[in-house]
Amino acid sequence: MEYTEQVMDHFMNPRNMGEMDDASGVGTVGNAKCGDIMRIYIKVENDVITDVKFKTFGCGAAIATSSKATEIVKGMTLEEAEKVTNKMVMEALGGLPPVKVHCSVLAEEALHAAIQDYRERLEKGLKPRTEEDDEDIKYV
Amino acid sequence: MRVYMDNGATTRVTEPVMAAMQPYFCEIYGNPSSVHGFGREARKAVEAARSQVAKAIGAELREIYFTGCGTEADNWALRGTAYANAKKGKHIITTNFEHHAVLHTCRQLEKEGFEVTYLPVDHDGLVTPEQLEAAIRPDTVLVSIMYANNEVGTIEPIPALAAVAKAHGVLFHTDAVQAIGHVEIDVKAQNIDMLSLSGHKFHAPKGIGALYVRHGVRLNRLMEGGAQERGQRPGTENLAGIVGLGKAIELATADIPARAAKMAAIRDHMIERIMAEIPHVQLNGHPTKRMCGNINVSFYFVESESILLHLDFKGIAASSGSACTSGSLDPSHVLLAIGVSHEHANGSVRLSLSDENTMEEADYVVDSLVEIVARLRAMSPLYSDFLKGVETVGTDD
Repeated sequence: MEYTEQVMDHFMNPRNMGEMDDASGVGTVGNAKCGDIMRIYIKVENDVITDVKFKTFGCGAAIATSSKATEIVKGMTLEEAEKVTNKMVMEALGGLPPVKVHCSVLAEEALHAAIQDYRERLEKGLKPRTEEDDEDIKYV
Repeated sequence: MRVYMDNGATTRVTEPVMAAMQPYFCEIYGNPSSVHGFGREARKAVEAARSQVAKAIGAELREIYFTGCGTEADNWALRGTAYANAKKGKHIITTNFEHHAVLHTCRQLEKEGFEVTYLPVDHDGLVTPEQLEAAIRPDTVLVSIMYANNEVGTIEPIPALAAVAKAHGVLFHTDAVQAIGHVEIDVKAQNIDMLSLSGHKFHAPKGIGALYVRHGVRLNRLMEGGAQERGQRPGTENLAGIVGLGKAIELATADIPARAAKMAAIRDHMIERIMAEIPHVQLNGHPTKRMCGNINVSFYFVESESILLHLDFKGIAASSGSACTSGSLDPSHVLLAIGVSHEHANGSVRLSLSDENTMEEADYVVDSLVEIVARLRAMSPLYSDFLKGVETVGTDD
């Protein structure tokens, strides 16, 4: 099995890796049993994703796809970001081995979960989450 | 620095082995079955190698059959005895953490009407003579238990297990592919009826293996063809491979205690350093009844393929039992068999030494692991949640 240069670049030098204390939305998908967990934090201002961070437990493809997904959506409107698919992430990385396609699906899901989390909080009239919210967060 | 620590996968062909093989491509190339001089010199080389293999495991010349690999030897031992003894009984006993060459052959035999008992191993990977005793039935014809496990390195109590089989008149086969050259094996003293071995695990080339079959054991052949290997394994001999296997097994078994002690010292140094310098790790496999070259460690909160990629970037070759590197959805059946959780199996790394690895290499690998694990944990949501004391809730997929 071989990864493309782009995958290896994002794996070795992940973009936007880290946590966000004042995230507008957070999405966590996957589970440790299957070997992949991705968490994406987004900061939303005027419907634009002004900042994005990720943390990932997983293989090379999982780390690279989450890094690439954050790079793609930074600066996008929520509407644009919602249209980002796993295929787009995969193509931007020059492709993935067939057994690793599910990693790109997780990256799409984590991103969409973060956006959904933000929208739900808005509907409920809650302020964007802060560090203290972590205690009672129900991740999607 | 380039460090090869994946000797459980395969080993380097060493210079003396290569030198022994060299003449058997361009200069001595006759078919060992031919009557002319070209054939006779090739035959002589095959029989000399047979003698080297026999001597290495305490067998007789006529009890050694060359095969294409360890997998073929396992398939032949299991299917050959199962078919030959089908009228006597159709029950086979093995363990749940054998190599796939044995496990998948057993699954196939089950489809063909045989019954297989898979003895569970304990948390260290051991199976006991008492377990075997209790599982033997009047219709049991074969027991197959590996000498040493390929992933976690646990060494089974083969002499005691084989004695149980003998007492019940049941054939005993052992897959010794990982054990050759690391553990002292004497098939007669240890009551072993059949033993599989594979050259490329001890510095012979890939594509050559052997099956020892105690004289008098009935075994059906799996292929039809010529009269090679006393009519039991047709096909023109892999002449150079056989010569390489002979030389390599002679070297590997020349001084096992010294070789094993040297490797074990490096292994223990690495295990001690990993345990002392990296928190949240566990050693998989038996703490002492363990192959001298095997290290298998689970690093919590990180996934092993990521570790392997970083190690590779630093020139280090290792392997893992994680689902992510095997292309399958489930992690290694061996790690699950010894009770390692899916999560920790996914963070397992195997470092397998040969007699050529050095202490300097060992320190470079551990230094690299310390750095890599810290780097990956800094990216891991599992680790940050653990530090905060919250449970990570994700999704089922």
